[in-house]
Amino acid sequence: MTKYTPEVVIDAPPGAEELALTICAAHDNRPDELLEIFHDLQHELGYVPEQVLPVISNALNRSRAEIYGVLTFYHEFRRTPGGRHTIKICRAEACQAMHTQDLCKHAEEKLRVKFGETTADGQFNLEAVYCLGNCALSPAMMVDGDLYGCVDKERFDGIVADLDRGARS
Amino acid sequence: MTKIYVPRDAAALSMGADAVAKAIAAEAKKKNAKVEIVRNGSRGMLWLEPLVEVETENGRVAYGPVKPADVPSLFKAGFLKGEKHKLTHGLTEEIPYFKNQERLTFARCGITDPLSIADYRAHGGFEGLTNALTMPPLDIVTAVTDSGLRGRGGAAFPTGIKWKTVHDAKADQKYVCCNADEGDSGTFADRMLMEGDPYCLIEGMTIAGIAVGATKGYIYVRSEYPHAVATLREAIRIANEANWLGRTIQGSPHTFELHVRMGAGAYVCGEETSMLESLEGRRGLVRYKPPLPAIEGLFGKPTVINNVLSLASVPIIMAKGAEFYRDFGVGKSRGTLAFQLAGNIKQGGLVEKAFGVTARELIEGYGGGTLSGRPLRAVQFGGPLGAYLPNDKLDTPMDYEAFMKVDAMVGHGGIVVFDDTVDMAHMARFAMEFCTIESCGKCTPCRIGSVRGVETMDRIIAGIEREKNLVVLKDLCETMTDGSLCAMGGLTPLPVMSALRHFPEDFNRPVHAEAAE
Repeated sequence: MTKYTPEVVIDAPPGAEELALTICAAHDNRPDELLEIFHDLQHELGYVPEQVLPVISNALNRSRAEIYGVLTFYHEFRRTPGGRHTIKICRAEACQAMHTQDLCKHAEEKLRVKFGETTADGQFNLEAVYCLGNCALSPAMMVDGDLYGCVDKERFDGIVADLDRGARS
Repeated sequence: MTKIYVPRDAAALSMGADAVAKAIAAEAKKKNAKVEIVRNGSRGMLWLEPLVEVETENGRVAYGPVKPADVPSLFKAGFLKGEKHKLTHGLTEEIPYFKNQERLTFARCGITDPLSIADYRAHGGFEGLTNALTMPPLDIVTAVTDSGLRGRGGAAFPTGIKWKTVHDAKADQKYVCCNADEGDSGTFADRMLMEGDPYCLIEGMTIAGIAVGATKGYIYVRSEYPHAVATLREAIRIANEANWLGRTIQGSPHTFELHVRMGAGAYVCGEETSMLESLEGRRGLVRYKPPLPAIEGLFGKPTVINNVLSLASVPIIMAKGAEFYRDFGVGKSRGTLAFQLAGNIKQGGLVEKAFGVTARELIEGYGGGTLSGRPLRAVQFGGPLGAYLPNDKLDTPMDYEAFMKVDAMVGHGGIVVFDDTVDMAHMARFAMEFCTIESCGKCTPCRIGSVRGVETMDRIIAGIEREKNLVVLKDLCETMTDGSLCAMGGLTPLPVMSALRHFPEDFNRPVHAEAAE
């Protein structure tokens, strides 16, 4: 967390600005729907490129600082491209009671990344999450919107292997 | 045609319910058996998920937890007729865990097809709204006040009083906002209800709208709940088509328009004013109070903000009367609460009971003790901002006042069980760390206090000047409690100080090599 990372400007995917405009229009250019707009963009592109912020700012008639502020406030939004799949492991109390720390450590070793990073082959983002609402079946994990309960090391390996196979075939 | 129920609740899906439903359909086709698979909500007996039920002459028979590989043997054993199998639990309604509950808010959850309006109505749905449509708004407010219903999100503020304030406020537009940002670890009741009985929430919100004169409503759901979001959006679409939402509801002069908004992974947005900011498309910074949201809320207009379960308790109050609801519970805690047994527990799930049941009855009677089989050491009540209590405090009855007496809170009814492997100094540190991650940053006690709290806990764990640092920790906690703008910083000291009070030995352990990392 404390490591200094210089701001690297990444080219936005082609057509990102047009896409942002279309999405804003679909939300009637309403500033109160900004979170929904970011969700839609992230759904399409996998992240929210910095280049679309001026476009959104214009469309919603809110300052660029405000738009940027919202994007950076919420943990869910990515500002850089990530891997194909996002693995979120719950680190909150109920899962800690079922030793999610061990699962987290295993996940880092297995995927050879730290939390918040993407695997070298671009397959997986590993992210921490605080509660998935599956606290009676801890530890819980979510992969691309699919929820898993009672995840032990074997189950984790199986899920990752299935995704890996699916992506490569 | 045999009806088979396979839940579509996210918890059931997390244990493979979709694959089980597919396997049953395939096996039925192979065996030429006529079956209809209904994807219901969850009954709340989550350790049995996926819990498959078969409708028989005597009632629904439960099998669980079912894996796809069990399906051929289930057919072979004659489960379509409710015959015995190693996974059978007999009639679902006779399972003691379920039978001994008092299901009011969750009366339909797990029984009906969540998206079927016909099912909903067949089980008493929309009776409350039908009554409300013909009542003067103030009478609805009075009924809710008389029922004794208090905010189920954790703060336990009387719902009727909040509604009265909004009812009395004059404005061209008012709103009803449902707080479905259920971020507390150990809680999942809101999610279960939204996925298992979404019309109940829709009905409750519509009644709230009529009562206070609001024509627009929003449900703010956290993004970690994609299944709940999808179910709600579909339910709202169907309810609009069936004229249970929208203009001139069921021929009455009332209009209520409902929208779902998704959060984006910020715990603090469960704080009501932070949620309003988020609904307006802004950073989820907590607002100063006053003005109260009931006077100046969403877009500056009078706004009712209630938790999912507060709103979902309203239909039964309007259907069966305030007295019916008030007759459950004890003291000033009226009605029922959906307790959620979580963490290291053998039989985790949802237990709806009248207030007054003891924590031990829930954890040992229903929950069956720890899953690991090791001795229970600590229990956290009411989410990450709630207190940890030791085993000898578990005979405290679960009601708001009794819990305040032991410096704890019932909160949203979440109960997280830990066995004796837990390190309470680590949990106290985590409470502070969680606050550093999730603080909105507006007020200093929370933003800075939590960071200093983590540092201080690190020193205590590492054995550096423990006595002095404990003084610093207590001082920090006092500042956070008294000086924070909202419950995020204001209640973080609760788990920290309760851990210190009840488990002081964990703050004075010999230093391990890895403890300083």
